[in-house]
Amino acid sequence: MAGDFSRQLDLGDGSGKSILQKLHLDPKLLGLLLLLCIGGLFILYSASGQNMGMVYRQATYFALGFIIMLVIAQFHPRWFQMGAPWMYGAGIIALLLVLLVGVGAKGAQRWLSVFGVFRFQPSELMKLVVPMTMAWFLASKVLPPRLNVIAISMAIIFIPTLLVMKQPDLGTSLLIAASGLFVLLLAGLSWRWIAIALCTVLAIAPVMWYGVMHDYQKQRVLTFLDPESDPLGSGWNIIQSKTAIGSGGIEGKGWMQGTQSQLEFLPERHTDFIIAVYAEEHGLIGVFLLLCLYLAIVIRGLYMSTRARDSFSRLLSGALVVTFFIYVFVNIGMVSGILPVVGVPLPLISYGGTSIVTLMAAFGVIMSIYTHRQV
Amino acid sequence: MSFALKDDRSEKEIFAHRAVLASLFVLSLMLVLAGRMFFLQVTEHDVYATKSDNNRVQLKSVAPIRGLIFDRNGVLLAENLPSHSLTVVIERVENLDETLALIDTLVGLTVEEKSKFLKRVNQWRRPYEAIPIKYKLSEIAIAKLMVNNPFLIGVQVEAELIRHYPQGADFAHVLGYVGQINEREKKRLDPSRYKATRRIGKIGVERYYEDLLHGEPGYQKVETNAQGRVLKVLERQSPVPGRNLMLNIDSVLQKKAYDAFKGRRGSLVAIDPKTGGILAMVSSPSFDPNLFVNGISHNKYNSLRDSLDKPLFDRATRGQYPPGSTMKPFIGLGFLESGVTNWAETIEDPGWYMLENDERVYRDWKRKGHGDSIGLRHAIIQSCDTYFYEMSFRTGIDYLNPFLSKFGFGQNTSLDVGNALPALLPTREWKKANRGRSWYAGDTLNLALGQGYMLATPLQLATAMSVFAAKGKWNRSKLVQYIDGEPLLEENKPEDVIIKNPDDWDRMGRAMEGVIKHYMGTAKGLARNLNYRLAAKTGTAQVVGIKQNEEYDSEALKERQRDHALFVSFAPVDDPKIAVAVVVENGESAGSTAGPIAKQVIDRFLNQAKIDESLGALYGR
Repeated sequence: MAGDFSRQLDLGDGSGKSILQKLHLDPKLLGLLLLLCIGGLFILYSASGQNMGMVYRQATYFALGFIIMLVIAQFHPRWFQMGAPWMYGAGIIALLLVLLVGVGAKGAQRWLSVFGVFRFQPSELMKLVVPMTMAWFLASKVLPPRLNVIAISMAIIFIPTLLVMKQPDLGTSLLIAASGLFVLLLAGLSWRWIAIALCTVLAIAPVMWYGVMHDYQKQRVLTFLDPESDPLGSGWNIIQSKTAIGSGGIEGKGWMQGTQSQLEFLPERHTDFIIAVYAEEHGLIGVFLLLCLYLAIVIRGLYMSTRARDSFSRLLSGALVVTFFIYVFVNIGMVSGILPVVGVPLPLISYGGTSIVTLMAAFGVIMSIYTHRQV
Repeated sequence: MSFALKDDRSEKEIFAHRAVLASLFVLSLMLVLAGRMFFLQVTEHDVYATKSDNNRVQLKSVAPIRGLIFDRNGVLLAENLPSHSLTVVIERVENLDETLALIDTLVGLTVEEKSKFLKRVNQWRRPYEAIPIKYKLSEIAIAKLMVNNPFLIGVQVEAELIRHYPQGADFAHVLGYVGQINEREKKRLDPSRYKATRRIGKIGVERYYEDLLHGEPGYQKVETNAQGRVLKVLERQSPVPGRNLMLNIDSVLQKKAYDAFKGRRGSLVAIDPKTGGILAMVSSPSFDPNLFVNGISHNKYNSLRDSLDKPLFDRATRGQYPPGSTMKPFIGLGFLESGVTNWAETIEDPGWYMLENDERVYRDWKRKGHGDSIGLRHAIIQSCDTYFYEMSFRTGIDYLNPFLSKFGFGQNTSLDVGNALPALLPTREWKKANRGRSWYAGDTLNLALGQGYMLATPLQLATAMSVFAAKGKWNRSKLVQYIDGEPLLEENKPEDVIIKNPDDWDRMGRAMEGVIKHYMGTAKGLARNLNYRLAAKTGTAQVVGIKQNEEYDSEALKERQRDHALFVSFAPVDDPKIAVAVVVENGESAGSTAGPIAKQVIDRFLNQAKIDESLGALYGR
């Protein structure tokens, strides 16, 4: 199936340069993204309880996101390559500043206020900068990477990861780590090392569990893994979202007809839990369509990555695409109750400007890499 | 070096290989998601459809029953009475205004009930949460609501247990009260424990022991119909009731003490020197704590708050008074301990005292003085100020301050009186920091009379007297005796007061007995009808400063500017069972106002103990 997709999508490549190509945009990826965003607005209209104001704001975020994508796509990939270490350094400093002078919300410090005018989340930026830095670093090394290279790579990945974890923002820190690790995997990290890493984790876990951790820490982990053991606290969300999804059935209850969501049983229904609204109202058919759309974006993205001009571009583009997919997987997995609840929005569907801007910037990088390959 | 080995083609191949693997990885995870969705939406569809459809399954938290509070003899002080209240589930109501109007015509809603309800509606709440609108429904009101049930969709009559304080005002300051959880408390509380709980301890024992009294909530899974009525309980985990507390307080003694004030402003604290148990703790005037349980009306609250007598103010633990001459037994011990004098030395008292290089005349309360040969014993009996001026000058603040602090002055030594104030035992450093001036010798003279900067609460005075009665052995004061039958553990006891010559405890005690028994004693009026050995010390504390050479004319002063009367005592002298401190605000003469109140309480306590003993002997217990 994956092959069919890429072959189908391949057809347009031979034609002459269209306006979109002159703008350094890939028409197929752009089309898929537009489809997703427009669909997302319809979902949001229902999920927000017919709140047109919220839909307008989300549309504005999309417009801003597409402009950012367009601007970034104009840069030649070598700019990213040259800028990567500098952005990485700046990012680390910003993360340190967040811990020192950051603005807090809900018990965590994530924002940095710039001149008191606007606020931004350095951890969000690191989702782009970490894979970029990893690609820059590995591109200058012999691939597949040797042990010393792997060691330095780990440092590049885990310094920002730990800083973000300290904010504390476990969800984002794991995603940053994942985005860096994917570069390493795509660079051809040998299976031996992957196996050793997995075995180490599996071996350490029981030692930590029985030897190091206190009872109350274990309890926290247990609630984290099984929120339903706390049915009135964090379990409430999951019970309600599963009920919403399950009651949707094959065909769904219809747009704006979801009782779970419209009666406000479902918390955070327009942000992290929006897929539950969608699944309740559009059923299994709707869910499959959405999954296919995400799959198409990922496959197209991976195909574009294989066509990149050099190692740096390939690794960066590939890692960004896989990370995009991981967002989708983690969000849907958590809302449907197979993954613990961490705050990850559904890409380009959940309400919120920060996530949209970061994602569109990543697609800008992917577009740039693909469209600058012949030069 | 590594550049030489870089091979773009092989790297490209590796990447292409890995990209294919990544696609497969992505595809398989997509299949996982699709499979999960299939499981939820097809396999388990029926389960979730039932859950979500009209007969909604709800998880309800069940509030635990709050622990009871008893006095030392098992008399109930705080109980839970059933009460019916009216609640509304906003999500079920079609037209809120119409429904409220109907409720109003049926059972009547005050403006305040309505505004409180609307305030709750606009706060964050769980969907389908029942919001109370009216409490303590009468039988007639319940009947009217039941008859109109079909027109009141989303409105329910709920039975709940409401806290009641049968002893009313007598215990208001000690027990405190529970009240509705406010927004600030909501943020502080553990939401999973307090989900179904509507009230929380606001002050007093109810607040200090909130954690124990509250208990652990249970939950039940219920099936409800579209009107929100519970049809069936599917699963239930019972709540764990809160712990029961038994206080050290004797409710009869407490009532006796409160009544003895006859509404006067003041406070009494009685402590068992052997255990530190608080036998009675009264702040007068008081208020009815039951008013606060369902939310007090603004008018009533304002009148309590604005009353000149300040009934809401807990004088026993937060009233800070200059202790006056009630400090003399403690300070007298300090003189002996420091070695500046002994029981035998006497001085001459012309009625005044002067320091070198200081123009100020320090007066004795007795203008003509206490004669030309006065020693420590008579300085206590007659409360001779000049003696204390002279000896405190010899001893100095640097010795007196740490010595007095051993009796708990300037600290909150209580084990479980939550909000007791530390009051003030001044030091050189304190004066420098707060008054910007050095400590003068004159400040020490004022301290020796319990005046100047020194402040103490009635609870502190009773505690110090109790430690004194126990010959320096410390027991921290405590309200609670047993928690569910388990004795309250005492932690961090202050160090016992140890003096060089232990006989001094007895001699000072006997000197204090002279305050009652000696014909020159300042409280000799209390000697009548005394069937036990009582030791005491009187004190007065100035409310208004008197200028040099100005006559003190109490008649001319308004009642509220008169001196405070203080009285500390313990009995029986040879085997102390009770220590009492009394403050009567503007009581003027300690011997005739504060003293009799203390004596009534001690009489009752010791004579009741005798009756109990003889009854016990009679029935062979």
